[in-house]
Amino acid sequence: MTTAALSPTTLSKAALFEAQAVKTSARRNRLLSLPALIIIGIFGVLPLVIICVYSFLVAAPYGGVQWQFSTDAYLNFLFQRDIFDDTLQFTPDFLIIYLRSFLFAVVTTVICLLLGFPTAYFMATRPPAQRNWWVLLITIPFWSNLLVRTLAIMFIIRDEGLINNALIGLGVIDKPITMLYTNFAIQLGLLYAFLPFMVLPLYSSLEKLDFRLVEAGYDLYATRRQVLWRVIIPLSKPGIIAGCLLVFIPALGAYVTPLILGGGIHLMIGDLIAQQFGSGRNWPLGCAQALILMAAVLVALFLYVRNTSGKVQHG
Amino acid sequence: MGIAFENRVTAPQLPSRPAYGDNQTGTHLPTRAGSLNGVIVPEQPGKNAIEVRGVRKVFGTGENQVAALDTVSVSIRENEFFTLLGPSGCGKTTLLRLIAGFDFPTAGEILLHGQDIAPLPPFKRPVNTVFQSYALFPHMTVAQNIGFGLEMLGKPKAEIEARVTQMLKLVKMEALKARRTSQISGGQQQRVALARALAPQPKVLLLDEPLSALDYKLRKEMQIELKRLQHETGITFIFVTHDQEEALTMSDRIAVMSAGKILQVGSPRDIYDRPAERFVADFIGETNFLPGTVVSKKSGVATVKFASNATIAAGYPEGFDPTGEVTLVVRPEHADLVPDPAKGTVAGTLANIVYFGTDTHYHVKLDGGENFIVRHQNSRSAPVTYATGAKVGIQFEEDAARVLKD
Repeated sequence: MTTAALSPTTLSKAALFEAQAVKTSARRNRLLSLPALIIIGIFGVLPLVIICVYSFLVAAPYGGVQWQFSTDAYLNFLFQRDIFDDTLQFTPDFLIIYLRSFLFAVVTTVICLLLGFPTAYFMATRPPAQRNWWVLLITIPFWSNLLVRTLAIMFIIRDEGLINNALIGLGVIDKPITMLYTNFAIQLGLLYAFLPFMVLPLYSSLEKLDFRLVEAGYDLYATRRQVLWRVIIPLSKPGIIAGCLLVFIPALGAYVTPLILGGGIHLMIGDLIAQQFGSGRNWPLGCAQALILMAAVLVALFLYVRNTSGKVQHG
Repeated sequence: MGIAFENRVTAPQLPSRPAYGDNQTGTHLPTRAGSLNGVIVPEQPGKNAIEVRGVRKVFGTGENQVAALDTVSVSIRENEFFTLLGPSGCGKTTLLRLIAGFDFPTAGEILLHGQDIAPLPPFKRPVNTVFQSYALFPHMTVAQNIGFGLEMLGKPKAEIEARVTQMLKLVKMEALKARRTSQISGGQQQRVALARALAPQPKVLLLDEPLSALDYKLRKEMQIELKRLQHETGITFIFVTHDQEEALTMSDRIAVMSAGKILQVGSPRDIYDRPAERFVADFIGETNFLPGTVVSKKSGVATVKFASNATIAAGYPEGFDPTGEVTLVVRPEHADLVPDPAKGTVAGTLANIVYFGTDTHYHVKLDGGENFIVRHQNSRSAPVTYATGAKVGIQFEEDAARVLKD
């Protein structure tokens, strides 16, 4: 574009034509992305703006908002206004739920990685013709709804469920072990829901791994463990990063799983936010909580990516 | 463990003792520029570095079984540049992988300096490989790649650094040591791969068609480079190639392989001038085959009669008893044309003349029906000129003809 504007007299016709072609192809490419941009604009950016605006308003008594500026929603996140003298008192209730959710998400990510890596490695080392079948098997959970699958877990782990009945039947225990509506149940549900999201990116990364490099490692006196840490893991880092992000972020905001398996007793962020829009009838607070979550995820992401990309350099 | 490689972490500075992994000279700094000080002086000159005894390798199971190696035995001497030569699928790479430890033999044993290494994993064998694809670690720099083996052996940092510097110098890559392996050219990657494999001072260096990815000129350069490295380091090189010219120019000895078997082992001259089997003669260089009948034989030389009733003395391989109909082999440059058909050992019609610059090939259709090629080196003065269609005779140089085993 600039070349065409520079000195059209000195440019040959071919050069002008080429500049024109580049211009039109760039325009065409932008046009191609337009539908996606419109959808993101309407259903992504706009709601975010609404949430942002709502978080600075006052809650209406029966849901919705009153158009009156207030920072109460953010203050309420950490403090509680005393009913009598209007002073602010520090209440860590919400913060605890946030930290608990973070802990759940971190544990989920770590265990998914530990379980997913050997699985993905196994899949990637199968003969090429077999690999697609393994990928298909991994995706089987996606064929049914998460809600249905979560309810299925409920039937397996409840007091009269499959596990307890079997153990009692075998005479291992007299009384059922309480598993449903515990932290254990939530953790199990999260692991189950997100494991495929870890396995698939790991697999796609390991599948591209040049196994001659593994042989080179063995040849240069690296033991199996050393080959794993010095060759395989550094080379599959992109898959590890992608898998961790794909598990951590949705696990942090998980809603259905903790709601059903936690029985509403052990709240996670997702349930907390949903409550503000439902029974809590405090839309500004819900909006503020959602934005705080988003900010926290962005910060965590930033730190994570910065740290891991630094390690790739070293190998 | 068969090999005393376990001392690799504990005491690299132990006084010299004749065990693997304890490179007697390896911990000293170089005294001569450009050379590796870790020259492995053979404890007994002429001893075998590698001995392959009755090794069989079968891939697959049941009906899909394929014998990649069919009971191979060969000895490779110390400080030798030994080449495994053969067409693709002949089992040469399989044999190399068995020595490296990436695969394990179905039967037989592989001795390294007299100790069976066949059951050991690759990281316990003092053997390093230069891979056909180089297999450099893309997440490491050139220097980190070269130092990897030493690091895994648990050598002290200072020693690794000194050795890496030395290796960089040896392969002339000092300037690029901080580069990523993706940022250097194919020829440079080849050098790094060599340096990486040589850095831990292996007893034997295995090279799996290392030059096949390089263009012609670079390949020629690297051939000379490889010979120099082998000479300077004194390490036994086992080189795999399908390129007969490469094998002839570089090797001390060559093993010609076909269909999972070693057909002949010998010096390049042996292999070229005295091929034992038809495959060897055919695979290496251009060859003429002639049918004949053995009339008599005496101490390794047989008298063979052609259809034209002319006879010739031809050597035959040791341990072979030629009788009746046999095939003779004659190299094109070991024969000469004569204008008078009656004066030749065999005679025919000149079918084609091909000019090659350095020499000329005369394609002769023999009276018996076979094709025969005579190579004649060109010189400024051409004594006789031939025309296609002319009747010519072919004379053989002394010892030119050999009886083949098949």
